[in-house]
Amino acid sequence: MTPEDVQRIADRVVAQARPGEAIEAVVSWGRETEVRAYDGDVEHFVSAESAGVGIRVVEDRRQGLGWVGVLEDEALADCLAAARDNARFSSPDPHAGLAEPDGVVPPDLTLVDERLALVPTEHKIAAAIDLEAAVRAGDPRMVGVESADYADAQVVSAITSTTGIRVAGAESSAYLGAYALAADARGTTTGFGYTVARGFDDLDAAAAARDAVDRSVRLLGADTARSRRLTVVLDPYVTSQLLGLVAEMLSGEAVLRGRTPFADRVGDSVASPLVTLVDDATDPAAPTASDVDGEGLACRQVELITEGRLRGFLHNAYTARALGARSTGSAQRGSYRGAPSVGPHVISLRPGDTSPEELLAQVGEGLWVHELVGLHSGVNPVSGDLSVGVEGQLLRAGAPAEPVREVTIASTIQRLLDDVVAVGNDLTRFPWEASGVTLAAADVMMSGR
Amino acid sequence: MPTDAIPLLDQDVVGRVIAAALTRGGDFAEVFVEDKQSSSALLDDGRVEELSSGRDRGAGIRVVVGESTGFAHTSDLSELGLLEAARTAAAAARGAGAGGVAAALVPTAGTARTSAAIPPGEVAKARKVELLLAADGHARSTGGAITQVTARYADSHRRILVANSDGVLAGDDQVRTLFSVSCVASGDTGMQTGRESVGRTVGFELFDDHDVTELAGNAARRALSKLAARPAPSGERTVVIGPGGGGVMFHEACGHGLEADLVAKGASVFAGRMGEQVASSLVTLVDDGTMDGEWGGASIDDEGRPTRRNVLIQDGVLVDYMWDTLRARADGRAPSGNGRRQSYQHLPMVRMTNTYLVGGSSSPDEIVADTADGVYIAHLGGGQVNTATGDFVFGMTEAYLIEDGRITEPLREGNLIGNGPAVLAAIDAVGNDFAMGSPGTCGKDGQGVPVGDGVPTLRVASGLTIGGTAA
Repeated sequence: MTPEDVQRIADRVVAQARPGEAIEAVVSWGRETEVRAYDGDVEHFVSAESAGVGIRVVEDRRQGLGWVGVLEDEALADCLAAARDNARFSSPDPHAGLAEPDGVVPPDLTLVDERLALVPTEHKIAAAIDLEAAVRAGDPRMVGVESADYADAQVVSAITSTTGIRVAGAESSAYLGAYALAADARGTTTGFGYTVARGFDDLDAAAAARDAVDRSVRLLGADTARSRRLTVVLDPYVTSQLLGLVAEMLSGEAVLRGRTPFADRVGDSVASPLVTLVDDATDPAAPTASDVDGEGLACRQVELITEGRLRGFLHNAYTARALGARSTGSAQRGSYRGAPSVGPHVISLRPGDTSPEELLAQVGEGLWVHELVGLHSGVNPVSGDLSVGVEGQLLRAGAPAEPVREVTIASTIQRLLDDVVAVGNDLTRFPWEASGVTLAAADVMMSGR
Repeated sequence: MPTDAIPLLDQDVVGRVIAAALTRGGDFAEVFVEDKQSSSALLDDGRVEELSSGRDRGAGIRVVVGESTGFAHTSDLSELGLLEAARTAAAAARGAGAGGVAAALVPTAGTARTSAAIPPGEVAKARKVELLLAADGHARSTGGAITQVTARYADSHRRILVANSDGVLAGDDQVRTLFSVSCVASGDTGMQTGRESVGRTVGFELFDDHDVTELAGNAARRALSKLAARPAPSGERTVVIGPGGGGVMFHEACGHGLEADLVAKGASVFAGRMGEQVASSLVTLVDDGTMDGEWGGASIDDEGRPTRRNVLIQDGVLVDYMWDTLRARADGRAPSGNGRRQSYQHLPMVRMTNTYLVGGSSSPDEIVADTADGVYIAHLGGGQVNTATGDFVFGMTEAYLIEDGRITEPLREGNLIGNGPAVLAAIDAVGNDFAMGSPGTCGKDGQGVPVGDGVPTLRVASGLTIGGTAA
């Protein structure tokens, strides 16, 4: 299917709107391949296509939703009828409504690698098998690879609405990653490594294998540590996970519902002056870059915190209308199922000018955090309370020393932002909506023995 | 709906699709057909703002050649569409031999409809909206400090058909209904949250036994109590877990580590320990997909095998792992009814159903009275485990200090961390007050499935570190 094909389907749904009724249709179609290697052979090979439609109806300020995982006319008719019926039972909301074109021109991004469609299946299989072999060969202490995967996807999608939105596009992605096991007399450790790109040819398999080996081997012999307050240094992967949570606390949705401690704090200092936080979907190097958001409005750069001062929040059309702001092009739609929420595309700290090595040396004594465990049960984005398991290494005299596990770190997101003491220059992009840098924060409670 | 009476697929078509899947050779082929309808309604900020209805249907076809699996899925349930998916799966499996052989399909006896006394699809939407408004009203009536309420109603009706080249032909009709309430309380110390949910593999009769205003009251009370909470301690403490709420701990501490696929890859601390004492002799752990109406149950798994009650740890001794078809074939044994998948678009793997600790003989009051100093956890959040190391965490969403054998002050939220085998060995009291906990969604390798769990009151004497901020 092409973007034009799915746009025509969206157009056909929207054309059925009755007087006084607003309709939005989101249509997507994708083709995916997934290979998992194990023990030098293919454990599984998945080849599949999937498609679906999401329909939103607004009438008399009431909204209803429907979705269906096929593109057949009869199913679409049922779906539209269900969305209309759902609208009858929702509460009237003065701000209910669809996005309307705001004149902002979407950035010109290339989100497809045309070469991906030409890659022979055998090359994809070989990539997964070779990755597993490279991880096993990476260190004598590697004892296994729980999974070594290659995956790619080609997706086309379109949005049409009665309010004048009409956008369509295509995206491609490729992924190669491994989850490795290392062991010595002291026990077993695990580590992951991966690489992502728009297509097969730009994957960096050697880097993925090296990361998986390094991340597992450096934890060998890890033990718990004595409880104390210390400075933590978060690696870029860990920082990106935390920024995802910060973004949640800075969404217009959380503000509108009174579910964030940052609601009344625009203009205030909410973080260390070292912190400048930007959501920039227009960064062409980011795997999650996008030209339009989940409602079809142009993506744009949004500065949320400037040198520690809160500038504003992320909005979709609804939260902007309800709060008297403008949409920031931050409507998020994980799939065609469900209404657009609010979220970042590529949220990132403005990198500092310190290299990670210099930063570790500067901190001297502390905890270098490689991995967070239990993020979803350990962070409350309403109160900001944070308490998560970590794996990492203690820092002694500015150098990585003994590895630690079975400890937690605790603070609040608000305090952590305030306590930032150094920001690294190593901007690292990830296949989710947040990038990372090496980041140091003082006075965090480490809980262990 | 009238479609309920129509089988998902004609038996002859199923047979031809399996034959097509085996044309390039293969040891095993399977067709999994699913038609799932979902509906939900969300109340936030006093308004019912999101009613949604959805449907997914399609088929997943897999072909196994030796240790390799080829898998394809399609939303086209016509015979042509299915045959094409079967050929794609066969090509993906890269079988090089001649045609494989399929046994004649034998409808599995004993696979019954999961009974929903009141199909949610037949209940007026206005009635579902009433439940949401009642929950909102009740939560707000508990006090002015409750500043926000979210309530969600959801139901799903999932019909599946599974057939394979071993002759299995089975179907199931699974109805689940869920209701949850989340509250925000605001005070001088900031905002706190409380949540409560109920979910069962039943229809709308769920609400005959469960009062949504009671749920809302619990969620509100949980949020309010934490306004006055003090920071949780940091470091190792004796932990008492209340009835119902603590099943998540076993799910993480050992449940995942007892999944045969992880064991086979050496990615479990419980690998190679069959027959050994892996826990305190007070621990008998069961995974039971047959529990009537429980959230993680069904009459068959997603490979068409009847679910079972499987004892995993008996009096502290490891007696079995959990198995899906592929791992069981490799080990020359019967599957245990634990092959599950998120949808027809996913491959099945070993998953838990309802996992619980069997009740003991201690009185819960005595367990607390007998604890000089520790933490009492009344309600747990989610968790996570690294099965290879055994290290796991789980969140406490309602917890109190225990001082001199009495439950005293409420604590703020936090995670606890421990190592599975060490924590299992340190269980030194198990109460006689068993209860099932809240409905959960278990994630593994990117797939989510509904799971249940339960525990009586129990005490972990050592090995759990509380991730608080207080010294």
